[in-house]
Amino acid sequence: MNFRIVHRTVYNYSQPVTVSHHAALLEPLTLPHQQLLEFSSQIAPEPSVRKMRTDYFGNRVCFFSIQELHKRFEVVAKSLVNMKEVTPPAASLSPPWEQVVTLFSDPVSPTVAEPYQFVFDSPGARAMRELADYAQESFAPGTPLLVAVGDLNRRIHADFTYDPVATTVATPLEEVISKRRGVCQDFAHLAIAVLRSMGVPARYVSGYLRTRPAPGKPRLVGADASHAWFSAFCPDLGWVDFDPTNNVQPASEHITIAYGRDFGDVSPISGILTGGGEHVIKVSVDVAPA
Amino acid sequence: MTEPAAPAHAERHFDLLANYSPAGGAFDELLTRSAEPREHYLPLLSHLDSLGYAELKRRTDTCRRLLHEGGITYNVYGDPRGMERPWQLDPVPFVIAAAEWRSLESALVQRATLLNRVLADCYGKQELIRSGRLPPALVFAQPDFLRPCHGIKPPRESFLQFYAADLTRSADGQWWVVSDRTAIPTGAGYALANRLITSRLLPDPFRDGHVQRLAGFFREVRNSLAHLATRHTDNPRVVLLTPGPYNETYFEQAYLARYLGYMLVEGQDLTVRDDRVFLKTLSGLEPVDVILRRVDDDFCDPLELRNDSMLGVPGLVEALRAGNVAVANTLGSGLLQRPAFLGFLPGLCRHLLGEPLKLPSVATWWCGQESARKYVLEHLDELFVKPAFRSRVKGSHVDRRLTRDEREALARAIRFQPHQYVAQERAVLSVAPAWGEHGLTARPVTVRVYLVATEKGYQLMPGGLTRVASEASGRSVSMQRGGASKDTWVLSDEPVEATSLLSTRGQPIELRRVGNNLPSRMADNFYWLGRYAERADFTTRMLRAALLRFGPEATGSSLPFLEPLLQTLETQGQLTPGKAGREIRANHETLEADLLAAIFDPKRPGSLRCIAENLQRLAMLVRDRTSNEVWRVLSSLDDMLARPASSLMLTGDAVGILHQAMLTLAAFSGLARENMTRAHGWRFLDMGRRIERGVYLCTLLENALSSPEADNPSVLESVLDVCDCAITYRARYNLLPNIAAVYDLVLLDDTNPRSLLFQLSQLVKHVDRLPQESDNALPSAGQRVLIECVARLRLLDARELNKLKGGWHDSETGTVVSETLRDLPRLSDAIAVSYFAHSTISRTDQGGSA
Repeated sequence: MNFRIVHRTVYNYSQPVTVSHHAALLEPLTLPHQQLLEFSSQIAPEPSVRKMRTDYFGNRVCFFSIQELHKRFEVVAKSLVNMKEVTPPAASLSPPWEQVVTLFSDPVSPTVAEPYQFVFDSPGARAMRELADYAQESFAPGTPLLVAVGDLNRRIHADFTYDPVATTVATPLEEVISKRRGVCQDFAHLAIAVLRSMGVPARYVSGYLRTRPAPGKPRLVGADASHAWFSAFCPDLGWVDFDPTNNVQPASEHITIAYGRDFGDVSPISGILTGGGEHVIKVSVDVAPA
Repeated sequence: MTEPAAPAHAERHFDLLANYSPAGGAFDELLTRSAEPREHYLPLLSHLDSLGYAELKRRTDTCRRLLHEGGITYNVYGDPRGMERPWQLDPVPFVIAAAEWRSLESALVQRATLLNRVLADCYGKQELIRSGRLPPALVFAQPDFLRPCHGIKPPRESFLQFYAADLTRSADGQWWVVSDRTAIPTGAGYALANRLITSRLLPDPFRDGHVQRLAGFFREVRNSLAHLATRHTDNPRVVLLTPGPYNETYFEQAYLARYLGYMLVEGQDLTVRDDRVFLKTLSGLEPVDVILRRVDDDFCDPLELRNDSMLGVPGLVEALRAGNVAVANTLGSGLLQRPAFLGFLPGLCRHLLGEPLKLPSVATWWCGQESARKYVLEHLDELFVKPAFRSRVKGSHVDRRLTRDEREALARAIRFQPHQYVAQERAVLSVAPAWGEHGLTARPVTVRVYLVATEKGYQLMPGGLTRVASEASGRSVSMQRGGASKDTWVLSDEPVEATSLLSTRGQPIELRRVGNNLPSRMADNFYWLGRYAERADFTTRMLRAALLRFGPEATGSSLPFLEPLLQTLETQGQLTPGKAGREIRANHETLEADLLAAIFDPKRPGSLRCIAENLQRLAMLVRDRTSNEVWRVLSSLDDMLARPASSLMLTGDAVGILHQAMLTLAAFSGLARENMTRAHGWRFLDMGRRIERGVYLCTLLENALSSPEADNPSVLESVLDVCDCAITYRARYNLLPNIAAVYDLVLLDDTNPRSLLFQLSQLVKHVDRLPQESDNALPSAGQRVLIECVARLRLLDARELNKLKGGWHDSETGTVVSETLRDLPRLSDAIAVSYFAHSTISRTDQGGSA
């Protein structure tokens, strides 16, 4: 199935900006189940420098800088993506979680160098002993890894309340845990931190959800903005995605933009400005079958 | 010091060693096991002994004075009085024998070469991880592994342009590396400063002792940095990027910048355009080719690294990727200075260089390995546990053992995240002679040594920064914890040729009449330096004039004549204002106390003392662009005024101090006038001075004209006195001060350097020569203000004052003074807007995801 995505971001500044430098991760990845057919991004005012590069994690980043005086700036990213239906692997056939943890502890297994990137703390998702305690209920001895992670996904959905005003992009995980509230980004960070506390590699996925559900299906939370979920590493199967905000395993309506250790690695648009004063951001996302 | 440990020397007895008793167990750098002085220390020891205790004590005092006058300081974090702590230098150098140094040299060159190769792999193919030779955690779990910098190849593959190692010796005399410094190897500048002072304190043994010189190393530093440039290779611009004056080693940064001839810049002085780095100067953007950085790796670019950094340059990483600029050391090089690596170096050395590691590291167990973790958990009390990486985890205490609860908590933490911890042997440092109250005493030392990557491979500085523990039993040495430092004398087998950084015989040089262009931020600092210098001068003159007219003989009837002075001091914030001030002035004693407070009170923002402090702070900010004498003069002003405001002080003493202060300030303006080239720095300094003098002069005259006694000779005389015009007046008129003649002299006489018109004429010249915006034919805002002020003054005739019997303030003259006083701040604002505007940097993030 094809999806057309329009992601529009507008910044309004109270003071003129003389120079700005930005990094944008807006171009969806091409993956076994996901093919990027078309992509374009329009930036106004026209940047004087604009370059694409592939970052450390394999994501496509656009660097641009605007060197003319401006008080408003707009980025419109349009993508056309083909999605194949993913059948989630049979969780009960995955190896016991302890076996996976052993792969990532001493003695080291250099054969899994890539997932090793995601087993350690990152600024937005650190291991904590209390999170290891929280995990216990799902990680009974001998539980197959994906059964345990699926249960964790379900419990986060059940134990935490979706609340778009409780947290901001800068809210630390500790506060999310104590408030038991947050948005998709917080739940993804929480799940990642829990898995890292257990010694399982986990990564952050930034992406989109289909805006209007298919007939007969419920509208998913987070469909009118960019969405986030997480992915756990399982030997032989590779990375397996989970969406704790909606308590689902992504099938064909989760479109992946980028992977990272946490939000900090894949922030859709970041910028450093000279001038600018206060700023107001407006973001809109539309994902429609095409 | 009761132990009669004085060694019985077979051949000679040294009085200075009477109290030299090294702690058992440590290697003694000075004496052998049989208490004989080691051969390489003997010439120095004999010389010190021949000087004798009294002479050495005198030289120690000289040492302190030289440090103070040189302004050599070290900032201590978290200490309110920590800013500008004087650098501690022990005058007795640490001596290393020639043969020993040679073997250290080859070992250190090997280690630097190895670390460079490891860095290249971590930021490149990562084969060491894939092949299992380096545990992934050592790289991937480290906050110092900067992923955005992965894949960037520095010019000449020089990841580790500079490298420093902290060395010590174990009891058997074996040298060990305690820690590696791969990000920002600090201290080479302090080593140089120590050398310059120590070689002056002990000129004879330095000259005769074949001590290797340091200048050659710094020449290599300059050449090798110039070679990193990828553009402008014939004449690259190298800058030293500093975090600013609050950094602990700011002194050293300014010192090195000056010694190496680089501009000292802060992040806000630089900007990235079209993937190239530029310096923002008064006359536009100028390209930068090489950055020698003192800013931490992850603070260098808020766009791609730490986005809360205010010290970096947005876009720098992308400019590095484009290969348009070189940064030394390359961003991310801090990865290797974490102790977790130490245990892996022997294996990596065999693998990468095909030879054994020549210099061992202090025994280190990284808990990420199961066997090491087991050992550490069993030996928690003997070992020193610390974070393996830069992180928030806590380990052992420096000064005490763990309590039972703490030990259990630590063991639990290690079991939960073992890779976050290392444990090290508690190293016993070797001891060396240091100057103490009773002659030479044995103190633990570590030596930091420095290498630079050159075209011929790594070069080792023949010297180093030796640090001395503050206590005889010290196991660790830290300048942050109050240790001292020493010069390090590396001996040569042959006589040493004197070299200097400046000898570039035979090399062609391009002649220049304009220096490196001035960053806008520096123009701002110079401007305020000028303003505060003049504020100090005028305030001193007014306070002195007031105190002189205020002796025991002065009766209540003289106070009205003093009123304009006191009123001006009140307006400018020196005296207590308002009703309280009027009450104080009604009483002779309280007024006297208030006047003394105006000089010495550190809590009164307008006091002379505070002005002097501000002046010194500004002098620090421009320190790399002014002569050392400027710094010394302004420090001495600060010292002069930094004394408790004692009620016991006689006004006579205070007048004496004010007199001294005036001479010191005159020395400062003389230095500025005679020694600074007429470039933009001087121009902004002088503009600041002229504007401030204009403001103070107009304030004083406005108050004088408001006085009902404005034409009283006493009042007029005090005006002449403050304006330093009394002698000129007497030479011209030979009669009691006349109001028209006095005001003509201090306002309108443009041959008088203290007159208002003179200040304005100078300002006109300066403003006309500043870089102007584009090709605008109209006068700038600043020029417009000046044209008005000058025109008003030129049309004024002071003789009108003689026709008045009061109401002087409303005369033409009074109006011109008031209008000028209103306009000068407008001029100041116009200059600030055009030349100093630092736009603030801010950041944005998309509001996150849902």
